[in-house]
Amino acid sequence: MTTNQDVATQESTGVEKRARERATALIPAVDIFEDAHQITVQAEMPGVSREKLNVQADRNELLLEGEMTIDMPEGMAALYADLQTTKYRRSFVLSGELETERIEASLKDGLLTVRIPKRVEFRTRKIKVNVP
Amino acid sequence: MFENLFGGFETDLFDQFRRLESEMGQLFGHSPWPAGIRAVQRGTFPPINVGATPERVDVYLFAAGLDPKKLDVSIQQNLLSLSGSRKIEANESAEYYRRERYDGDFRRVVTLPDDVDPERVEARYRDGVLQITIQRREAARPRQIAVS
Repeated sequence: MTTNQDVATQESTGVEKRARERATALIPAVDIFEDAHQITVQAEMPGVSREKLNVQADRNELLLEGEMTIDMPEGMAALYADLQTTKYRRSFVLSGELETERIEASLKDGLLTVRIPKRVEFRTRKIKVNVP
Repeated sequence: MFENLFGGFETDLFDQFRRLESEMGQLFGHSPWPAGIRAVQRGTFPPINVGATPERVDVYLFAAGLDPKKLDVSIQQNLLSLSGSRKIEANESAEYYRRERYDGDFRRVVTLPDDVDPERVEARYRDGVLQITIQRREAARPRQIAVS
């Protein structure tokens, strides 16, 4: 009984924590596409340098995180701001046929490209139809 | 440091109103206070931030994977126009699940403070952020007056 309650409390605080993180981080716009060999995720994270980028994958989840480094003079005040935070965060659920240990990521001009290869046995093969 | 440009709105009462206005806008799609005539709807590509010091005004345009050659930055008095094009080459052989990245032409116009000097503008593009620095005229800067 108490154990159940504990689990419930933990879950709710976990959810709240995640909700807070989501509320304070920008959600990068993404394109996601799949071809015969891999799934590619392209995420827009302008302002993020290689050093401030975190791409993490385990069996279930792909996490993209980054923080902007903005060149600003001392004592600057905002006159207008579409963006009100410098952090980006977005995650996706992965599925078992993806080779998460062979994920490749590259970053160029704020555009992050993540390539997730599919396991060989899951790659699309063209099946030839023999007509007798 | 970042708070100044990204969240430093609580610094005075007017800014608090602006923040409230923006939050109301998010909630209801419009706000009870009039919006700037050149203001665009939220989520317009590309997002911009504008920051100022007594010496200069900086405009930041957040657009990843841009070709700086396809970018047109022009200034007339205190009106800064930013236009360009970002074409996303679709992978024809792939199946798309999400297509959120903006594809096409864009244009944004920013009204700068009246004292900017349109002759002294610099622009650079790094890590997907276009930063435009416009110097302000000397006369407009605050001066310390010595009391003897």
